[in-house]
Amino acid sequence: MKITGLISLIFIGGLLFYGALDFPPWGDPTSPASSHLSPYYIEHSIKDTSVPNVVTAVLADYRGYDTMFETIVIFTAGIVCIFLLRSFKEKAPESRMYRHIPTGIILRIEKGGKVPHESEYFEHIDSVWIPYDLVIRTTCRMIIPFIQVFALYVIAHGHHSPGGGFQGGVIMGASFVLFAIGFNLRSAIKQMSEKIVAFICALGVLIYAGTGVLCMFFKANYLDYSALAPLLRTDPVTARSHGILIVEIGVGMAVMAVMVVLYYNLSSAGKHDEGL
Amino acid sequence: MIWQIELIILVLVVLFGFGALATKDLLSAAILFGAYSFLLCLLWAIMGAVDVAFTEASVGAGVSTVLIVSAVLRTTRRTDH
Repeated sequence: MKITGLISLIFIGGLLFYGALDFPPWGDPTSPASSHLSPYYIEHSIKDTSVPNVVTAVLADYRGYDTMFETIVIFTAGIVCIFLLRSFKEKAPESRMYRHIPTGIILRIEKGGKVPHESEYFEHIDSVWIPYDLVIRTTCRMIIPFIQVFALYVIAHGHHSPGGGFQGGVIMGASFVLFAIGFNLRSAIKQMSEKIVAFICALGVLIYAGTGVLCMFFKANYLDYSALAPLLRTDPVTARSHGILIVEIGVGMAVMAVMVVLYYNLSSAGKHDEGL
Repeated sequence: MIWQIELIILVLVVLFGFGALATKDLLSAAILFGAYSFLLCLLWAIMGAVDVAFTEASVGAGVSTVLIVSAVLRTTRRTDH
């Protein structure tokens, strides 16, 4: 079995390499992709959309459909992760660990035992105990605001520099993941509950699709942002630039929420109770 | 770009890719995969695809490594057989 797998792998890999030999060389100006489509984008993107970063103009404006369905793919991935991993049935765990804060004593309470309330005296800690270091907590607390500001900058500045909704959303989601690692999963869920995350996820996709529908109300094609000019009180070219920003914000929200959902479900095996 | 550096990065990408597949320890495979993504991000940046490099750095080297590690913690750490 292993031998046949190896042989078929080598055969298909060789076929792939043989096919790749026919590609035009990297950066060839006479290749079909660089001789028909790319010149149009490079020459017209600043005139059409007033966006200096051609990649953003192509992604969110000329190829708006592609990006919208990419966002929907990510949204679907988040939903599927919830359906596959989330266990809604509350099952009492084998044992729970509590720390009595004034004395530092750790209590292990077996199944069926009386569980103390979370208060200033008792603290629920993970059974796979991770010592919560003061240095880690303080560093996370100091660094997270800067990460979030940087994420917003990446989303908003995608017109002028590399970046955009996807990258900014991932960085924003990473800041919540860092919070969950530095503190614990329960305090992260307390900050941003599962329902809010799911709502933001759907809202992001809705903003993107809704912008397209809004364009249709102004008698233009779907996702033709220049039609939004009367609404945004600008000329059609600037309206396309603003439209790109609006959909990038939608993409960022959806991606951020999906990253957080994936982390919540993967790290706690769908129980949202004790996790990394 | 200096071709020697490109060659070193390319060789390292292939090595880390095979290493991530070959190691029995899943946690080291996750870290090797993160290193692979980061070097791939450098390759994108060398080829001038800065947006793709940024995405690779944030998604591939950043979040997906954390997701893989958190999934490894919910299973056994080593692959047997």
